Amino acid sequence: MTAFTTENESGIAVVTFDLEGEPVNKLTTAVRDEFTALLARLRADASVRAIIFQSGKPDNFIAGADIEEFTQLTTQAELESLSRAGQEMLFAVADSPKPIVAAIHGACLGGGLELALACQYRICTDHPKTSLGLPEVQLGLIPGAGGCQRLPKLIGASAALDIILAGKSVPGVKAYKLGIVDECVPPSILARTAIAAAERLVAKGVPQRPARPLGLKGALLDRNPLGRRLIYRTARATVLKKTGGHYPAPLAALEAVEAGLERGGREGYAVEHRKFGELAVGDVSRKLVQLFFATNALKKDDGVPPGTASAHPVRRLGVIGSGFMGAGIAGTAVSAAEVEVRLRDTEWPRIGKGLRAAMSILEGQLVRRKITRYQLERLSALLSGTTDYSGFERIDLVIEAVFEDLAIKRAVLREVEGATSPETIFATNTSTIPISQIAEPAMRPEKVIGMHFFSPVEKMPLLEIIPTARTSAETIVTAVHFGRKMGKTVIVVRDFPGFWVNRILTPYLNEAGRLFAEGTPIEVIDRVMTRFGFPVGPIALIDEVGLDVASKAGKVMHEAFGERLLPSDVIAKMLADGRTGRKSGKGFYHYLDGHKTGVDERVYDLLGIRPQDTHSPETIEQRLVYSMLNEAAMAAMEGVIRTPRDGDIGAIFGIGFPPFRGGPLRMIDDVGATKVVSLLRELATQFGDRFAPAPRLVEKAERNERFYPR
Amino acid sequence: MGLPSRRVALVAGVRTPFARSGTVFRDLTAAQLARRAAQELLIRTGIDGRQIDEVVFGQVIPSVLAPNLAREVSLLPQLPRDIPAFSVNRACASGGQAISYAYDQITLGHADIVLAGGAESLSDIPILHSKRMSRLLVDASKAKSVGQRLGIFAKARFKDLVPVSPAIAEPSTGESMGQSAEKMAKENGIGREAQDRLALLSHQRAAAAQTDGRLGLEIAPMPAGPKSDEMVVTDNLIRPDTTFEVLSALKPVFDRKYGSVTAGNSSPLTDGASAVLLMAEDNARALGYEPLAYIRSYAVAAVDPGWQLLMGPVFAVPLALDRAGITWKDLGLVEIHEAFAAQVLSNAQAWGSKEWAERLGRPEPVGEVDWTKTNVMGGSIAIGHPFGATGARIATSLANEMKRRDVQFGLISICAQGGMGFAMVLERR
Repeated sequence: MTAFTTENESGIAVVTFDLEGEPVNKLTTAVRDEFTALLARLRADASVRAIIFQSGKPDNFIAGADIEEFTQLTTQAELESLSRAGQEMLFAVADSPKPIVAAIHGACLGGGLELALACQYRICTDHPKTSLGLPEVQLGLIPGAGGCQRLPKLIGASAALDIILAGKSVPGVKAYKLGIVDECVPPSILARTAIAAAERLVAKGVPQRPARPLGLKGALLDRNPLGRRLIYRTARATVLKKTGGHYPAPLAALEAVEAGLERGGREGYAVEHRKFGELAVGDVSRKLVQLFFATNALKKDDGVPPGTASAHPVRRLGVIGSGFMGAGIAGTAVSAAEVEVRLRDTEWPRIGKGLRAAMSILEGQLVRRKITRYQLERLSALLSGTTDYSGFERIDLVIEAVFEDLAIKRAVLREVEGATSPETIFATNTSTIPISQIAEPAMRPEKVIGMHFFSPVEKMPLLEIIPTARTSAETIVTAVHFGRKMGKTVIVVRDFPGFWVNRILTPYLNEAGRLFAEGTPIEVIDRVMTRFGFPVGPIALIDEVGLDVASKAGKVMHEAFGERLLPSDVIAKMLADGRTGRKSGKGFYHYLDGHKTGVDERVYDLLGIRPQDTHSPETIEQRLVYSMLNEAAMAAMEGVIRTPRDGDIGAIFGIGFPPFRGGPLRMIDDVGATKVVSLLRELATQFGDRFAPAPRLVEKAERNERFYPR
Repeated sequence: MGLPSRRVALVAGVRTPFARSGTVFRDLTAAQLARRAAQELLIRTGIDGRQIDEVVFGQVIPSVLAPNLAREVSLLPQLPRDIPAFSVNRACASGGQAISYAYDQITLGHADIVLAGGAESLSDIPILHSKRMSRLLVDASKAKSVGQRLGIFAKARFKDLVPVSPAIAEPSTGESMGQSAEKMAKENGIGREAQDRLALLSHQRAAAAQTDGRLGLEIAPMPAGPKSDEMVVTDNLIRPDTTFEVLSALKPVFDRKYGSVTAGNSSPLTDGASAVLLMAEDNARALGYEPLAYIRSYAVAAVDPGWQLLMGPVFAVPLALDRAGITWKDLGLVEIHEAFAAQVLSNAQAWGSKEWAERLGRPEPVGEVDWTKTNVMGGSIAIGHPFGATGARIATSLANEMKRRDVQFGLISICAQGGMGFAMVLERR
């Protein structure tokens, strides 16, 4: 295999990296060996004065290390030496007596950026596809080929930590401003500029770069040991606050950076490869890598067996109902999928509010500089509204987001079928009503499907797609593809009450209500679960969702599944006091302008509860987590999800189940079904039959089976 | 003169609500209004944007920032970016001019499908610096030092800072539109009462068309307001409750002593936009559209602006009728743009008079205006007159009404600044 081709252009060796059979360039062991040999040859070749390194892939420089390959390694020693080998390959680059110029266009990430950093000179393009970054911590790792050493030396500790600890990448122009690259040019002149730079480096040597960051801040902080100590301390505190101590990688990266800057290069590189090895065999990284693969596999899964049907392009979307949900779907569809959206409601004032809310999503993109003002103007012209069904004749997909009421949803379905073409797909966004019931009066049942978005649509990454028995494969694939175009992680689930996410969420939220009713203080319940790794606790989550919504869903689930999912009576009493959660400014917590300001102590009196710490944190955690695990096992074995992978991704992206725990089904495997069953039995004796382990989970435990292959 | 072999169909038209300038659309530009009208037209007709060959829009007072309004429209996301687009200015007949240009291109075979229209925002007119101030600013921008620059500004006098805004007046004579209308009323003997009666009729008919939904059908509701979350759904100038007494009580504006032209019997300053979709008959058939009407002919004419400024239609209308090969009697519906009641009545008087027939070199008068068939959904006095948008507004209303009444021939007459007149004949089948 040859990944590299070299052309000698009057003394300048232009090396092009183009990994065969891959859409993007990745760094593998084979690539590393070939590169090292090539470099040695070029160093020895007297006709070569300078080297330019570029990519042959369209819009990609190097995407990073080959993660697949790296997961084959199992021992800490192997992984440590992998990191060391990467470092050594780049020492050869950095030590090269002949200047090496990296000409970067497209994604330059992880090992790709580390390679570029080792070069004597870097030029990138100002193209939107160009981004430079070190995403390693997102996989629970750290940059292990000198990234923790070279980036801080180049741009200063604070700017480097900003990128490394968050696993961030920056666009080309920003990379230039930060000093990561020496020049940023349009793609059309990248090659020319690189040649000119190489000639200059040969003639005048590598230029002295100004100390970064410049100015007073640089002098006080980055270029001063005491200042740097402050930077490390702040960074550590921020990381701990953000990760809750669950993710070791950012702290390890911080150590590697600190070692390099304070105790010298050699020590820095040593800490870097040692930490890399430790992390790579660690449980957190393994889980994050699994999740990475699972998400990638899901992106290729259309929800039907491969080759069954192909997706229809969706160019025009109709959204029925301009409330919070409808507007969220409209705005997200415009901003992410760039489709024309026709928002239908009965009253113009409602449409006005809905269009405004959808526009706000676009304006948010402008504020975050995801789009330009010109793009905003263009995208906003994709939005329009109507009180009748004008313009619906040629719509490809309609998503209804009207009030959760079977009769209303059926009426909307009939109206839409009357106003659209036979090709139009009708998707219903419901969280509680079975899709088959809504689809019952359909003239074209094969075109009816459920698309369950989570609120707020523009932020929540998950989408559940629910076909009925009569939905065609073509409809499923089209909905899945469009969901992905909207930027969502899509799981196809079975038409069962609550689908997947709300199904496993229900017992968890019910249990939180019970713990509260038993006197467990609100903040204690929530703290236990955020310590477990959830982004918010269950009580705060009820406030977010809205108590009215939670109560309605709770009732539906109770009706469907009986005593096991009996809601606690807390929510009804709260609702009677007008507490609907964040949207009304009061729920379990108190809100000021939409911001949580603390537990509303009045709720204890309202419910006649005397807050007391009766339960240990372990008990609280077990009651909450195991009620969810039990339900997840039950639903999984009833076939609600197609694979454990879908279930775990659904829990992580839909509820915020801690990613480092891999999801509820993965967690059952890790704890062991036998142990889960016995714990559930204990909980059942102590707290009630709702904890009785799912019979099929018991069978699984007896047969010593797992959800995932070992 | 033979009619072209390729007929041009008017498939559909949509406009924004028309609003008194400085009110609900105060913060919007003409381009935003035009884009909204065009967007809604494209969505309602469901036409694939790739099939449109050209975009042409009329505007009378262009924005300095986006002078080619049509290009702003043609860059809508519904359209590919490689559609040529240009803007036309034939004063108040600009919208009509855009349509006639589309007609020309289609009959010539240069285009099959054209998006035409017009827009005006009189809330967003350019305010200019005085000549001296502009000169100083240009000089200052070329100054090489701060001192030099300060020296230049030191020459500015207070009166140089007074801004100049464009007046609705004739640049060649300095006479305002209102003064011209006043002059026409006096010279043609058009009385105050007749003017007020016409204004009243305009409001009553527009109000009726608003109530029965005929106007609403043509309107694309427009988001507006400080947070742009309020949908403006209806025109805000129509006064269903106005009376002859109310109108008669208004003071003349342009000649307080002997005048008869009032704010009530003149068209108001208005913001709005309109758009129409035109295509060759064959294309319409192939795409499955049922055209509202076809363009049969058009004509333009001009008179000396120093004479009676708004008499252009007197010349353009007979020409258009001749080109259509029909006479006034064949017309089932007539739309006369109401810049001023005095102008409408002056035009009507001339078309009906023997003396004018002689001046026009015709054996018979052009025709007698039958008010039961004229401006049946109200006119510019009641609905408003965003200069560039009026042509496509009238064409759309006329075509829709021709379809409803199944009328074979309809006439559009528009007077314009500069002494120009514009006329167009539509046919139903």
